[in-house]
Amino acid sequence: MDNIIVIAVLALGGLGLIAAVVLFFIASKFRVFEDPKIDEVEEALPSANCGGCGFPGCRAFAEATVKSAKENKSIEGLNCPVGGNDVMQTVGNILGLAVDATDPMIAVVRCNGSFAHTPAKVKYEGATSCAFAHALYGGEGGCQYGCLGLGDCVAACNFDAIHMNPETGLPEVNDKCTACNACVIACPRDIIELRKRGPKDKRIFVSCVNMEKGAAAKKNCEVACIGCSLCQKACAFDAITITNFLAYIDFNKCTLCRKCVEVCPTNAIHEINFKPRKPKPESVPEKTVVRKAETVDKEAVPAKEQIEKGDTKAPDAATEVKEDIKVTKE
Amino acid sequence: MNKFTISGSPHVHGDESTKKVMYGVVIAMIPAVLVGVYYFGLDAVRVLLLAVAASLFFEWLIQKYLIKGSLTINDGSALVTGILVALNVPSNLPGWMVIIGALVAIGMAKMSFGGLGKNVFNPALVARVFLLVSFPVQMTSWPKPMPITDGLVDVITGPTPLGIVKEGLGNGQTMSQLSTELPSYTQDMVGNIGGSLGEVSALALILGGVYMLWRKIITWHIPVSVLATVAIFSGIFWGFDPEHYADPMFHMLTGGLMLGAIYMATDMVTSPMTKSGQLVFGFGVGLLTILIRMWGAYPEGVSFAILIMNAVVPLINKGFKPRRFGVKPGVEVKA
Amino acid sequence: MGILKTFALGGVHPEENKLSSHAAIEVLPVPKQVIVPLGQNLGAPSKAIVKKGDKVKVGQLIAEAGGFISANIHSPVSGTVLKIDPAIDSTGYRRPCVFITVEGDEWDENIDKTDTLKAEIALTPEEIVNRIKSAGIVGLGGATFPTSVKLMPPPGKTAEFLIINGVECEPYLTSDHRVMLEKGKEIMVGIQILMKALKVEKAFIGIENNKKDAIAYLSELSQSYQGIEVVPLKVQYPQGGEKQLIKAVVNREVPSGKLPIEVGCVVQNVGTALAVYEAVQKNKPLIERVVTVTGKGVKKPSNFLVRIGTPVEQLIEAAEGLPENTGKVISGGPMMGKSLTSLDAPVVKGTSGILIMEKEESGRKTESPCIRCSKCTYVCPMGLEPFLLSKAAKLGKFEMAENEMIMDCIECGSCQYTCPANIPLLDYLRLGKLKVGQAIRNRNKK
Repeated sequence: MDNIIVIAVLALGGLGLIAAVVLFFIASKFRVFEDPKIDEVEEALPSANCGGCGFPGCRAFAEATVKSAKENKSIEGLNCPVGGNDVMQTVGNILGLAVDATDPMIAVVRCNGSFAHTPAKVKYEGATSCAFAHALYGGEGGCQYGCLGLGDCVAACNFDAIHMNPETGLPEVNDKCTACNACVIACPRDIIELRKRGPKDKRIFVSCVNMEKGAAAKKNCEVACIGCSLCQKACAFDAITITNFLAYIDFNKCTLCRKCVEVCPTNAIHEINFKPRKPKPESVPEKTVVRKAETVDKEAVPAKEQIEKGDTKAPDAATEVKEDIKVTKE
Repeated sequence: MNKFTISGSPHVHGDESTKKVMYGVVIAMIPAVLVGVYYFGLDAVRVLLLAVAASLFFEWLIQKYLIKGSLTINDGSALVTGILVALNVPSNLPGWMVIIGALVAIGMAKMSFGGLGKNVFNPALVARVFLLVSFPVQMTSWPKPMPITDGLVDVITGPTPLGIVKEGLGNGQTMSQLSTELPSYTQDMVGNIGGSLGEVSALALILGGVYMLWRKIITWHIPVSVLATVAIFSGIFWGFDPEHYADPMFHMLTGGLMLGAIYMATDMVTSPMTKSGQLVFGFGVGLLTILIRMWGAYPEGVSFAILIMNAVVPLINKGFKPRRFGVKPGVEVKA
Repeated sequence: MGILKTFALGGVHPEENKLSSHAAIEVLPVPKQVIVPLGQNLGAPSKAIVKKGDKVKVGQLIAEAGGFISANIHSPVSGTVLKIDPAIDSTGYRRPCVFITVEGDEWDENIDKTDTLKAEIALTPEEIVNRIKSAGIVGLGGATFPTSVKLMPPPGKTAEFLIINGVECEPYLTSDHRVMLEKGKEIMVGIQILMKALKVEKAFIGIENNKKDAIAYLSELSQSYQGIEVVPLKVQYPQGGEKQLIKAVVNREVPSGKLPIEVGCVVQNVGTALAVYEAVQKNKPLIERVVTVTGKGVKKPSNFLVRIGTPVEQLIEAAEGLPENTGKVISGGPMMGKSLTSLDAPVVKGTSGILIMEKEESGRKTESPCIRCSKCTYVCPMGLEPFLLSKAAKLGKFEMAENEMIMDCIECGSCQYTCPANIPLLDYLRLGKLKVGQAIRNRNKK
C-alpha cells in the first residue's frame, strides 16, 4: 500500500517538476519585451476600460502614453477623463514629464423639453430605443430636435451617472460623470455635449438644440430657443453665436456673468449651481406657469425664481420679443 | 379626439401567442395523462397534481421574492414543465421527491439560467436525471400497470421491457429466450407495460404529437429524425445479430423514446432554430440513445441523449443556417 | 386552376380586409391649397425652381431632379406659390414643401386631357425613357424609385422580361385593383411602351388570386397584345415584393445584394404602367394618383383619384369623416405603412392608401421573453433569422448583423406579425439596417 502512494507522489511530483522547468525555459526564451513603464502606468489608471480616452481599454492607453513619451517626449493630446488631473499627474510623474492640468468636463443635456414644456401630441409605442424612434418620427411633443426620452444615453453610461427622470421624461447627469463621451455618442440627436464643469461646478448653457425658425420651435415647446439674438447682444465677451435660429455659448469664452440668462425670453439658457439672485421689488406678469413637476428639474429653478422675484430687464425683453416675432398659425 | 399612436410597421399581428403555444402542448399531453391515470391509478393523479402545483408554486416564489420581477406563471410554461416532470417519473415516487424534482426543474434548470427562453437544458429532463442519480432505487422501481377498472389494488413493482432486455442480455440470455418475458407490440402501443407515468403508451403520445403538428407547435423534423435514427441503427445491429440485439420496433416503442422524441426533444427553447439543424439534432439524440441502450450502464438513454444534444445546440445553430434567398449554396456572398 | 405559382420561402397570410374593392374610383375635387413635398422619391430630394408669388399651371415643372437618382416634380394644380417652407409629411418630420394656393384648374397646353385610348406608340425607346424622366414618374407601388433609371440597365446587363406588379399583397389596399379594372386598356398600352423602352419581347402581369375579376379582364385584354401574359398568384404576403414576385413568375432568384436586372428582369407597378401611358401618349406628367381610404370604422371605404399634395384630412372627409374611436392613421398598408403624426400630411407620389385603425387594434401587445420557437425564421421570405438579427442590433453587434445578412431584409414585417411573444423584431431590425448601412457607406467612402 505505502509503495503505491510513494510511487504516485514521486511520479506526479516528478512530472510537475519537469513541466515547470520546461515552461520556465520556454517563457524566458519566447518572452515579449514590454517596457515595464506600461505596467506602471496601467496601475495608475482607473481600470474602467470605458474608451473615454479614445483607446480600446486602459492598457492600450498606457501603451500609447509610453510610446508617445518615448517618441515625442510629451503626452500632449492624451488624456484620461475618468481619472482626471490627479491620474494624469501620476502618469506624468511615472514618465518623467510635465503634464498640463485640463479643465474637468461633464456631460450636459441640452434639452428642456419635459412633458410639461412639450406636451405630447401623439403616443409612441415600439422598441425602447432612441435611435429607432429618431428614424421613425420627430417626437411625441412635435419638436423634431428634442429629447425622445427612451434612454439610449442611460444605457450607454458605464458610471451610473445619467438617469431618466420619470416626471420630466428627460435624462439628468449627476456628479459621477467622468466625461467619457459614451452618452454623447449614444444620443442620435446630438443633444448631449461635453462642457467644462466650471469653477465650483458653475456653468451656463443653452438648453435647446432646435434649429427651426422661432415660431415653429415655440409652437411645440415653450422653453425653446427661438434665435432672437437677445443673448448675443447682451454678451460682452463674444461668447454666443447664433446659427440656424439657435444660440450656442462657447464655454471657453464664457465668464459666467449671467447676463444672457436674464435676457432670454423663453428661459432657454440655464445656469447651474449659482446662488439665487437678489429679488427685485417689481412684480412681473406671469409668463411661465409653475408646475409641480418642474421643481424636480434642478436646472430650471434659478431661471424661474429670477422671473418670479422680478427683474427689470425680463419684462422689457418680453415685450420686445412680442413685437419682433410674428406667430403665424399654419 | 384621441392622440394618434405612432409605431413602426407592421401595425397588425397574427393570433399567435406564447400562451396559446404552451396550452396547446398541455392539450397534446392529455391522452398520455389519461393513459397514465388508467394504468397507474390514483398514484398517477397524486404525482401529477404535486408536480404541477409545486412547479407553479416555485416559479411564483422565485419570481416574487428572489428575482423580484414580473410574475409569468399564467403563461403556461411552468404548467407544461410540471406535467412533463410528472410524466417522466414512476407513479409510485414519494411525494417529497416529486416536489424536489419540480424545484430542480423550475429553480435550477429554468430560473437560474434567466427564466423562460434562456435555459440551455430541458428542465423536465434535468429534473428526471437529477432524481435518477440522487434516488436510483425509488426512480427505478416501476409499478406494474393495473387498469383502474380492476379496482384499487396494491401496487406491485416490476422491471420495464428495456430493463428486462438489459439484464437478460447481460446475464447471457438471448433475445428469443427473453421474448417470452417481454410484452407484445400491442401492449407497447397501448401502454400496458411498466415505465414512467407518461412513457408507456406510444399510441397516446403519437396522438398528442399529431395534434401538435396540426397546430403547428412542432415540426416533423425532430421526432422523425430521432425515431428514424433509432430504427436504422438498431436495425443494423439487429440485422447482424438478432439474438443479442432487440429489433427496431421494440426500441421505438419502449422506454422514454416516444415521449422524448415528441415532447422533450422538440422543446422550442432547447432545440435548434433551423430545420436542417433540427434534423442533425434528432440524429444525435437517436444515435446517443442507441449507444447508451446497447453499451451503456443504463437500460434507457433518451434523457441523457437529449441533455447532451441540448449542450450542442448552440454549435448547431451556428453551423446550420436557413436557406438564404438569393444565395446559391456553396457560393460565398461578397458584401 | 391548378396549383398557383408563389415564392419559395416563408410568408404569412394576414386577413385581407379588402373593404373597398368594389368602390369605383372617385375623382376628388381640387383642394384649396396643396402642399407638395420636395422629397417624394427614393434618392436625392428635388430642387424647387419656383419661388413665392409665381403663377403655375397644372403640369408645370416646379422642381427639378436633385441628382441621378431623383425625379422632377410638377404642379398638380393651377394657382400661386404661397411659400416654400417645412411642413409635416409621412416621414414624421417637417420637410421642405412647396405650398400652392389653388386658383381654378388650368392645365398646361401640351397636355392631352381627352379620354380616348391612344394605342400607337410613336416614340423611340430613348425618347420614351426621356419622356418618362421629364414627367417625373416614380414607382407608384410605394418604393418611389425613379422609373427612368430602372429603364436604363447598366452596361453589361440586358433586360429579358418585364414583370408588372398587380399583386397588391398588402391587406386593405385596393387602388391597384380598381386601376386594373377601370383602366385596363390604358395599362396594356403602358406595358407595351415599357416593353419597347426596355427592348423586351415578353411581359408578365402578376395578380394575386383574390382579384379574380381583374385577372379575367386583363387576361381577356392581353389576347390582343403580343407577348403579354397574365399570371395568377397565390394569396400570400409578401407576394408583391420585387424579389418574391420574380421568383414566383419566372422562377429566378435575384442574388443577394443585387438588383433584379441581374437576372434580366425589370419590375414595375401597374399604377406606374398607367402613369407611363399618360406621360408618353398624353403628355401628362405625374400629378395625381389613386389612393384607397379604408379601415374597419370608416363609413365609406373608397378609392379616390387625388392630386398630389392634397392633405390627407381632405381624403378622410370625403370618406365621410374620421371615425370617433380612431387610434392610428397609416399611410400605406398595415404591414409596411407609416403611421402619421398629423392629418395635415399631404398625399405624395408613393401614397397608395390611408388606413384608419380603431383604438382597440392600434396598441402593441406586451412584450414577453423570446421562446425560441423559430416561427420568425420559418416565415422570413429572405431566409434570414430575425430573432438573431434583432438581438444583435439591440445589443449593438452590428458587425455580426452584417455577417448574418441583415441588409437582405426587405422589411416586410412577417416576422413581427408572427412572433408569439410580441417582440418588436422589425423595429430593431430597421435600426440594425440603418447602422450597418451607415457603416457600409463609410467603408466605401474610404
